[in-house]
Amino acid sequence: MKILVCISHVPDTTSKINFSEGDTKFDTNGVQFVINPNDEFGLTRAMWFKEKQGAQVTVVNVGGAETEPTLRKALAIGADAAIRVNTVASDGFSVAKQLAHVVKDGAYDLVIAGRESIDYNGGMVPGMIAGLTNANFVNNCIGLEIDGTAAKAIREIDGGKETVSTTLPLVIGGQKGLVEESDLRIPNMRGIMMARQKPLTVVDPTEASAETTSIKFEKPAPKGAVKLVSADNLDELVNLLHNEAKVI
Amino acid sequence: MTKSKVFMSVLVYTESEQGAFKKTALEVASYAKAVADQLGTTVTAITINVDDASALGNYGVDKILNVSNAQLQSFSANGYAEAIKQAAEKEASKVIVVSSSADSKYLAPLLAVGLNAGYASNVIEAPASTSPFTVKRTAFTNKAFEISQINTDVKIIGVSNNSFGLIENSRNASAEEFSPSISDSGVKVEAVDKATDKVTIADAEIVVSAGRGLKGPENWGMVEELADVLGAATACSKPVSDLGWRPHSEHVGQTGKPVASNLYIAIGISGAIQHLAGINASKVKVVINTDAEAPFFKAADYGVVGDAFEVVPQLIDKLKAFKAQQ
Repeated sequence: MKILVCISHVPDTTSKINFSEGDTKFDTNGVQFVINPNDEFGLTRAMWFKEKQGAQVTVVNVGGAETEPTLRKALAIGADAAIRVNTVASDGFSVAKQLAHVVKDGAYDLVIAGRESIDYNGGMVPGMIAGLTNANFVNNCIGLEIDGTAAKAIREIDGGKETVSTTLPLVIGGQKGLVEESDLRIPNMRGIMMARQKPLTVVDPTEASAETTSIKFEKPAPKGAVKLVSADNLDELVNLLHNEAKVI
Repeated sequence: MTKSKVFMSVLVYTESEQGAFKKTALEVASYAKAVADQLGTTVTAITINVDDASALGNYGVDKILNVSNAQLQSFSANGYAEAIKQAAEKEASKVIVVSSSADSKYLAPLLAVGLNAGYASNVIEAPASTSPFTVKRTAFTNKAFEISQINTDVKIIGVSNNSFGLIENSRNASAEEFSPSISDSGVKVEAVDKATDKVTIADAEIVVSAGRGLKGPENWGMVEELADVLGAATACSKPVSDLGWRPHSEHVGQTGKPVASNLYIAIGISGAIQHLAGINASKVKVVINTDAEAPFFKAADYGVVGDAFEVVPQLIDKLKAFKAQQ
């Protein structure tokens, strides 16, 4: 089984979010980048398929050279090879087109992508890859078993979960539940050393237009100070929620 | 009378559950009406296996396409996307509006590929302009907004839950049966495990959430009672679901379910940045915590510094009295 894990290179959750060039660009100054958390759950599940079922695992990112440390980290965690599509990731649709091209080229059986990235939160790349490659698609995937070409997946739905059966080729939009946080792996020294020897192939982008364009960013208005209500005066809280906030 | 094709109606997918509309259906219909007014056109809604679609006429819908199809009895992202695509083609729609439910977020990317349409998700306002077509959406996990321009001829907008609200706009909506051709889905639903008697976090206007400050799963009775009084959904912090005190499906935060409720009440949750990232889209936040230094107070609108075991039961009594007066 050939698995492709899509890795988004995103600012760490604790990063300060600022914009530059007249609020048109994300300011990467002083920002630490990590593997997108939803992708990391998928990568860890892929490691399980590698170790238990002999799967070959390739990781891929669409982006400039600055994203390579993130791919190297994925290699240090245990992926066999990495691909970087050398172009600016401009919008979800164009990224999905680039990735679909890689999927077709490498004839992958299973594509694992996070349900959304924590930077742009588009939530569209996995589904679009499935649509563009005519593969089956399970989003919000919190469990996955593969047996030959048959797959059984669990999908989180609003208010519960459902079990689905499907077949390879398959794309999943993964999230926590594929593995638990305690299963995530920190690369060890041996993994880091080995990652240096593993292939990281840079490929040229295919032609793909951006269907949406970021025009500008805005930050939310600074929050006013919290209004504290005494624990002895909860009538006041009810009053504020009803008359001021108008939410009850 | 001009044929509807010329109108290029705004198409809205109005979601249902067991034959009845979800609240978000009426919100996305209200949103579609606002876009249609900007474009000088009408609104067509597509419903799938809905028993009575007449409510849509109260929210600005001019025409309803009712699909009843046994193949679509269980949700299928491909099947539903095919139905919506064919409705969009029939109506020559240039703008398609969907919600931010798990199902809509599942089908929208497939629909976007099918129609070669640009798709903007998590949109929180009516378009600022329709030429060029720009929308405001949340990004960076609610730490920023992005003004995004959709460049394609056909556009898909995913409206963030509880962001636009319901806007009544009464008219005589015409209704017709619509029979799209649906191919067999490669993904088959084998089993659904879902509590049907509870408000879901996704649909709830109010969410009551609790954390490790509650000390143990046996203390959740008061959280559920508070939620009952308010008609709210219950949720929990990550440590609580990791400890197995509450089911994973209640976990809200960056790696859990996103919350965009009108009111979010956090009890005994310190407010780690990963938790805040998941709930920041909620409009009004109330924090109840013994620790006045808990970081959540900085993100809250209202706060009570006090012991949850004293504050919550009293709050339940006060709210019961308030509800009785209403």
